[in-house]
Amino acid sequence: MFSKIRLANLVADARAHKIAFFVCLLALWQGLVQLGLWQEYIFPSPLGVARTLARGFQNGTLLIGIAVSLQRILIGFGISVVFGTVLGLLIGRIRLLQETIGALVLGLQALPSICWLPIALLWFGLSETAILFVVVMGALLSITLATEAGVRNTPPRYVHAARNLGARGWRIYLYVILPAALPAIISGLKLGWSFAWRSLMAAELLYVGLGLGQLLNMGRELNDMSQVVAVMLVIIAIGLTVDRFIFQPVESRVRERWGLG
Amino acid sequence: MHKLEFKGVTKTFTTRNRSIAVLDSFDLQIQRGEFVCLLGPSGCGKTTLLHLIAGLEKPTQGAVLVDGEPVQKISRERVMIFQDLALFPWLNVLGNVVFGLQMTGMSKPERRQIARRYLQLVHLAEFERTNLHELSGGMKQRVALARALAVNPDVLLMDEPFAALDAQTRDLLHAELQNIWKETGKTIVFVTHNVREAIVLGDRVVVLSARPGRIKRDVAIDLPRPRQIENYAVVDLARGILDLMREDIVTTEFEVAERVPQVGRDVL
Ligand SMILES: Nc1ncnc2c1ncn2[C@@H]1O[C@H](COP(=O)(O)OP(=O)(O)O)[C@@H](O)[C@H]1O
Ligand SMILES: [Mg+2]
Repeated sequence: MFSKIRLANLVADARAHKIAFFVCLLALWQGLVQLGLWQEYIFPSPLGVARTLARGFQNGTLLIGIAVSLQRILIGFGISVVFGTVLGLLIGRIRLLQETIGALVLGLQALPSICWLPIALLWFGLSETAILFVVVMGALLSITLATEAGVRNTPPRYVHAARNLGARGWRIYLYVILPAALPAIISGLKLGWSFAWRSLMAAELLYVGLGLGQLLNMGRELNDMSQVVAVMLVIIAIGLTVDRFIFQPVESRVRERWGLG
Repeated sequence: MHKLEFKGVTKTFTTRNRSIAVLDSFDLQIQRGEFVCLLGPSGCGKTTLLHLIAGLEKPTQGAVLVDGEPVQKISRERVMIFQDLALFPWLNVLGNVVFGLQMTGMSKPERRQIARRYLQLVHLAEFERTNLHELSGGMKQRVALARALAVNPDVLLMDEPFAALDAQTRDLLHAELQNIWKETGKTIVFVTHNVREAIVLGDRVVVLSARPGRIKRDVAIDLPRPRQIENYAVVDLARGILDLMREDIVTTEFEVAERVPQVGRDVL
């Protein structure tokens, strides 16, 4: 009981520290602006950024940007999850695939996924397909590799026991290998998501229209620094939200169920 | 016909630079409904014997017969309870017990009903929704037992299941296992390196020599049941068998010989 109270206090303290720090940061930012050393278009004020954010949400440009980017990443990430886990399961179980495709995936993983953009543009032109290709190349490989590692680290005992109890063929994959590898797969998904998000922003920034990346670019072209900062904040917020409300809960539920502490 | 039979079974493991003869022309017959304990020093091939019956390993020479037919593949007729149990941590207690039935495509209500019956048998009825890592060692043993029994195998293969439990829990499980055996009439092959445990549980105690495993002594145990580990008769019998084992440990297995005092205490 006592230690519970202490723990609660520690958590409350940590939160207070965090809030205090960010309030100070904002104050410092506003203070620097007040000094008037830089022009607003080089160094925007927090209030200016807040106004731009509000305007962006009111006139819909930010909402459209968010919707377009989210749609792209959801499709791209979805494709990667399906193909990445299936590929990882197969590579992890079948020696020949591991020696061939596995080696290829490992090699390609060394390439930052935005480097696929030139190929994508040559193959698909300035299109949604091109951008999806880049997003998929960002997420697919890390999901595949994490799944493969999870599968290979699954104790053979589980498979023996399942076969002994009558499991055969695809049921072993679905009911034993996949769940046994799930903790590893989930960390692969997290990694894949962050790679996909990064490559999407890079691709949008470089070439392909609409989306948050393009809004960022537009801010630069209009010399509108407050828009640049506002869009950056939105990108950060989306990243944090997905991690906090999707990956973290899933991960902690799995860890709890699996007894991984 | 014998339920299980080893006929001149030789098993050799070949690793990169050496080969280990684990069994050499091994013969053993086990009757239907018998409770046989295989007793032997560690490394003598007990687990390998169970794997051969289960179909997880193939003999290098000779044959393992079940109902007179050579073992071809893994089957739910002979279910193994592994030393580390190999319970599925992603499933709760009920999920584990239901697993084998689910694999046959049995309907959900039916398989749950059967699983609950076995959970009751091992006194875990209230824990069906519990995650595995919240269970004690003894409770996990019971889950493994229920999971194996649920698919209704002819033969139950148990690999040192109680070795890691505290004495009280182990005594309790000895009593329960004897009851379950009486009620279900399964053929049980139970591996242990604990002499008294073997005598408490078995109709027969087959004493194995150090590697390559041979039968040193095949002892019928006709003490009345239920037996307990501190019964005089059990302790008496154990003393004789233990001497037999000790001499073997000292003369043939150098690495084990160094730990004789410890082994002695452990075994009694
Ligand atoms: N798959 C394997 N490959 C190589 N050696 C093995 C393998 N399985 C068992 N052995 C060896 O066979 C011997 C007997 O093993 P085991 O049957 O596990 O003995 P026990 O269960 O009596 O302790 C041991 O020396 C072990 O190292
Ligand atoms: Mg063993």
